[in-house]
Amino acid sequence: MSTLATKPSPSQNVRTIEVEHLDIAAKFEKEAEKYNESNPESERLVLNMGPSHPSTHGVLRIVLELDGEIITKAEPDVGFLHRGDEKIAENMTYNQFVPYTDRLDYLAPLANNVAYALAVEKLMGWELPPRGQAIRVICCEIARISAHLLGLGAFAMDCGAMTVFLYTFTEREKLYNLIEMLTGARFTTSYTRVGGMTRDLPADFIPALKKFLQEFPTRIDEIDKLLSRNKIFVDRTKDLGIITKEDAIAYALSGPNLRASGIEHDLRKVHPYCGYEKYDFEVPIGSVGDCYDRYYCRIQEMRESVKILRQVIEKLPSGPICYTDPKNTLPPKEAVLTKMEELIHQFMIVTQGIQAPHGEVYFGAENPKGELGFYICSKGGGVPYRLKIRAPSFVNLSILPKLLPGHMVSDTVAILGSLDFVMGECDR
Amino acid sequence: MSATASEAPLTKPHSAGHKILHTDSAEYLKPLLHEFAESLELRPIFRGEISLYLRDAELIREVSLFLRDKLNYDYLLDISSVDHENEEPRFEIVYEHYSLQTKRHLRLSCRVSEEKSELHTISDIYPTANWHEREIYDMMGIKFIGHPDLRRILMWEGYPHFPLRKEFPLEGLPVHMPDGHFTDAAPMEGGPFVTSTSDFAHEAEPRSRTPH
Amino acid sequence: MSNTGEMSYNSKVEGNVVLTRLDSAINWIRKNSIWPMPMGLACCAIELMAAASSRFDIARFGAEVMRFSPRQADLLIVAGTVTYKMALAVKRIYDQMPDPKWCIAMGACASSGGMYRSYAVLQGIDRLIPVDVYISGCPPRPEALLEGLMRLQRKIEKEHSTLALKQEPALAS
Repeated sequence: MSTLATKPSPSQNVRTIEVEHLDIAAKFEKEAEKYNESNPESERLVLNMGPSHPSTHGVLRIVLELDGEIITKAEPDVGFLHRGDEKIAENMTYNQFVPYTDRLDYLAPLANNVAYALAVEKLMGWELPPRGQAIRVICCEIARISAHLLGLGAFAMDCGAMTVFLYTFTEREKLYNLIEMLTGARFTTSYTRVGGMTRDLPADFIPALKKFLQEFPTRIDEIDKLLSRNKIFVDRTKDLGIITKEDAIAYALSGPNLRASGIEHDLRKVHPYCGYEKYDFEVPIGSVGDCYDRYYCRIQEMRESVKILRQVIEKLPSGPICYTDPKNTLPPKEAVLTKMEELIHQFMIVTQGIQAPHGEVYFGAENPKGELGFYICSKGGGVPYRLKIRAPSFVNLSILPKLLPGHMVSDTVAILGSLDFVMGECDR
Repeated sequence: MSATASEAPLTKPHSAGHKILHTDSAEYLKPLLHEFAESLELRPIFRGEISLYLRDAELIREVSLFLRDKLNYDYLLDISSVDHENEEPRFEIVYEHYSLQTKRHLRLSCRVSEEKSELHTISDIYPTANWHEREIYDMMGIKFIGHPDLRRILMWEGYPHFPLRKEFPLEGLPVHMPDGHFTDAAPMEGGPFVTSTSDFAHEAEPRSRTPH
Repeated sequence: MSNTGEMSYNSKVEGNVVLTRLDSAINWIRKNSIWPMPMGLACCAIELMAAASSRFDIARFGAEVMRFSPRQADLLIVAGTVTYKMALAVKRIYDQMPDPKWCIAMGACASSGGMYRSYAVLQGIDRLIPVDVYISGCPPRPEALLEGLMRLQRKIEKEHSTLALKQEPALAS
């Protein structure tokens, strides 16, 4: 738990840094000056937003150039949470990287775990037994609901509706209870391994999930009622931040942001993984591509997720949850404790990792934020030679310089909220 | 433009899932392979993915335009970069193309030597490539000719190293800039402990392998 | 009030006068109205939000007034990974906070760099700003954050606030 530490005196442990040169405001003034020189007739104001700003959902910085209240130019600055995940991945075995995937999109860690495991399994050429796949679908859909809830709550709060945030967080706490029951942690789950999961569903998980699914649709309706026909909310989101079909494709948006623009593209439908083809669900698509459509797509997606979860529970097969490959997957614990060969085997797999073949694969999964892709270049052995993460938030944010100009400053907040990004994933 | 909230986005029924297997990919890509016969090479299919290798990296714009306009690859998923240390040419740039119309995936890669470290931009063909190319410049130090705004994106402006190159250590190198920006090397306690490929256990077991 | 031992009671002025040391009065006020500046950087920020919402309700400890302006805050909660690119911004925000101010390093990353031993991550925010309470966990549960907050309250209780007030001009220079 927490420990109490004494304040070190400034002279000893604390580094003193000259910050005068770093005067961000002065830097922007210079930028503005440069602009005004080239456009003498108009007066522009350069406004810095972030990296510490309540509505940037993390550490995004946007440099806005304003003509009055209208944005004339927007320059996003990302990377404030760049932690070097890709470099770290090159220095550890495939399974060791699983905890780092939790912290990519930290609103839907279970879905990240699944996407990463599936990518490595594609490299290995493995396919999970039916029960394992069904559990992964449960993981993905719980993660989707949880991520969309936070996205909605934060979006609504940015538009001035505090109540919704409290409502969605109450629901998220229920989901956290479920996730904790399943994985032992609230949201840094590290649940999957290459070729399976750490453990099977606990005995009381399915009844608890059923109970949640029974109550949750009413909660969505409540949120829906609070926002969807709320005059203030509709005024703040309708016809704002419109992304046309062409732009959405050109900037390779994915997830609800793409579908809100009217493009029916859901990887769960077009390239089903984990047996998504067995479940009957619909892909909500928008008609205009404005903030409101993006919001409503998320509401509808949660309803579809509930539908999928109900079907999974109904059809949940029994049997093993992990792929077995005598050479490359961990032997059962009983065998390790009783047999010499299995013990050696376990030791080899844990220290040297799963022995992957040469080759390169790309796997994309439909995550709450969009298509989370992993490109793995393997030169054999237990360590990826190169692991590139195609982060949906990174790609979704790249449309900002195109999207923001022409809007008012106050709309920035609504547009950012509707794009629903996570900086952990964007910056990696 | 729908005006009322009740006219919410439509949900369309979708047929039950179906796995699309493109057995005719070689056929589909024939025009491309014909057009760039000397410089394109179809790599062996691995895990059902089509990979094309472009021998002449100068042609990347022409091939990208052909893919977008003639073969409907309208959606550029990702651009990655791989540092093949001790190989010549050293850097590999990997483009993941996808078509929303035909639901096909295609990987296109080309190589750039270390001395040159330059490639033509495709950010005007695919706007999404803008940030990917900036990221590659930031992480690998490959310049994109004609890129509208080639600055660092993930590290701060003025950082002198290219972190994803293989010779760069994981823990980083200490940097102190006059404007106050700094980085220090992280304490690794002898690590990182990494396994490597070998038929012999004593060579493959995890060891500290700090780059030279 | 936990420092009841230091109070005395006089029936003649009942209800009107409380005798206490100025220190304990000031500290009592300060510790029960901490206004945090949530420096939400990464995953820990989500647990920070959870601590602020209904189930854990940080308002029970008087710290619910989250201020996103450093000028109005007196507790900096550094929640998440501090990268070198972000480090100077965090330092700047800390410098902008008025005295007295405290700092909680929430989670492994803010305390020591955590699992990110890499070129981009500052190995602990205490290299730049003084930290009062370190909370372990990756991320810490909201309960752990509340425990950290209570520890901080206990620390504030013991401070020599009047002494610091007298010394203030000297410190400021």
